[in-house]
Amino acid sequence: MATVDLKDLTILSALKLLKEKKICSKELVEESLKQIKKIDPLVKAYLYVDEEGALKEASKADELIQKGEEKKLLGIPISIKDNICIKGLPTTCASKILQNFISPYDATVIEKLKAEGAIFIGKTNLDEFAMGSSTENSAFFPTHNPWDLERVPGGSSGGSAAAVASRMGLGSLGSDTGGSIRQPAAFCGVVGMKPTYGLVSRFGLVAFASSLDQIGPFGLTVEDTAYLLQIIAGYDPRDSTSAPIDVPDFLKSIKENEKTSYKIGLPKEYFEGEIDAEMTKIILEIIERLKSKHHIKEINLPHTEYAVATYYIIAPSEAFSNLARYDGVKYGFRAEAKSLIEMYKKSRALGFGKEVKRRIMLGAYSLSAGYYDAFYLKASKVRTLILQDFLEAFKEVDLILAPVTPTPPFKIGEKISDPLQMYLSDIFTIPVNLAGLPGISVPVGLTSNNLPVAIQVIGPHFKDEHVLSLAYQIEKEVNMKFIPPILKN
Amino acid sequence: MAISLEEVYKIAHLCRLEFNEEEAKVMVEELSRILDYFKKLQTLDTEKVNPTFHTLRIKTPFREDEIKEFPYIEDILKNAPQLFERMIVVPKVVKAP
Repeated sequence: MATVDLKDLTILSALKLLKEKKICSKELVEESLKQIKKIDPLVKAYLYVDEEGALKEASKADELIQKGEEKKLLGIPISIKDNICIKGLPTTCASKILQNFISPYDATVIEKLKAEGAIFIGKTNLDEFAMGSSTENSAFFPTHNPWDLERVPGGSSGGSAAAVASRMGLGSLGSDTGGSIRQPAAFCGVVGMKPTYGLVSRFGLVAFASSLDQIGPFGLTVEDTAYLLQIIAGYDPRDSTSAPIDVPDFLKSIKENEKTSYKIGLPKEYFEGEIDAEMTKIILEIIERLKSKHHIKEINLPHTEYAVATYYIIAPSEAFSNLARYDGVKYGFRAEAKSLIEMYKKSRALGFGKEVKRRIMLGAYSLSAGYYDAFYLKASKVRTLILQDFLEAFKEVDLILAPVTPTPPFKIGEKISDPLQMYLSDIFTIPVNLAGLPGISVPVGLTSNNLPVAIQVIGPHFKDEHVLSLAYQIEKEVNMKFIPPILKN
Repeated sequence: MAISLEEVYKIAHLCRLEFNEEEAKVMVEELSRILDYFKKLQTLDTEKVNPTFHTLRIKTPFREDEIKEFPYIEDILKNAPQLFERMIVVPKVVKAP
């Protein structure tokens, strides 16, 4: 048997080696668990590691592989963000209020991955209830960026991004409401995609903002990411916002479009904003190289400057409603109290963290009598304008290229005391969720202090295959392997 | 300040949250800064614009009224804070006459 070097593997290459019997799942999972024991005390990506369960599944997988069973993820270790339910395992949402909650059922995406033989190595850290951009809002501990342990991995799916970057598992699932997959993917030098709203079922994803949330994959490569998306996508009658459409063959599309020339738009408003100069240089260099194959032109998204305000009214309003269920009655933390109302207030005051409370309050305010028209209804109308900007743009171009973040990964503690500063850093990812479009983050380079830089590809509704195809072309053009220094020792 | 201390206490009650005076004062400052930022939306003319509540244009899907198996009851009860047999114990909600 060849020895497993996690730095050389992707999901697709591991599947090949497993099929050819050059490695076995037990080795692969053992190496991943070893990696977690070595690296996770520093990175802290995991809230829960299922060592016993993973090894058991690995043995089962090896038996099936021996028998010639061919499932799409048989024997492959994957991590899952801790706001997605796996039956029998904890789902804490990185919150004290769900600290002891054990999922009574599998999310649809988990059922689909299980059916293909995936092995769940553990649950990853996040900002509490997916509210945040740095994973510093986790009630338990922050996750550290594997590229520089003093910096944030991004959020809210920081644990997932850091785990994949550190080769603690070969892929992951996260969730993206305002950038929570794309931004940590950018900060950690991995690929992360938010599919078109409705493409992936939200059944079993703990809801934050129901009209914005989507589950999506993290991978080391665009193809791995497309491969995971293929398995989790599709209509689900248990999610009333699930799209009744056929899922295209993503890997096939990537292959078919390897040489396709796209009409690509660069939003003027995004590139004239305040972005780190070195990052901009790296991104513009890659765009320059793409000009030989694609038709690239400037486009306008005139309502960009209103996106952050729009999002931070709508998302908290939906969260106010979705988090009303955490009342200490049927599950979750219940405080000692003499009356019902005291029980509600104490349980929620003690169980929720600062950022969650802030957003619940913002939501309540925006929806309350006297303010509903000026805030929630107004924001919903501006949302239409933002959506229309994209629909107009897509009349002229096939796809849009944009930065993912205005800065490289910032230091832990740098933005946490100023919520508004943190919110403003979501400027390039938020509009995509407001419009329900597909978006992917692909690493394109490193700054002079060895921090990952990424580019975002945004597409029209249900053109996820083209978003992936351009991302694949970009990845090939960049032709770099992103291995955090922490792994090279 | 865009929001007053009194309003913070009122909103907290709507949220079924509670704050001590120190926390409430911090909330006043933080929420005021954020609410001030939201004012920029007022500069846009949205008189003739319809709101978007969902980007996916589908009708609410209905299912057949068929009885299905639901095998998760024991798993659900495992998460209850306090059980009496198979019932969840809660504080008294109805006052005795």
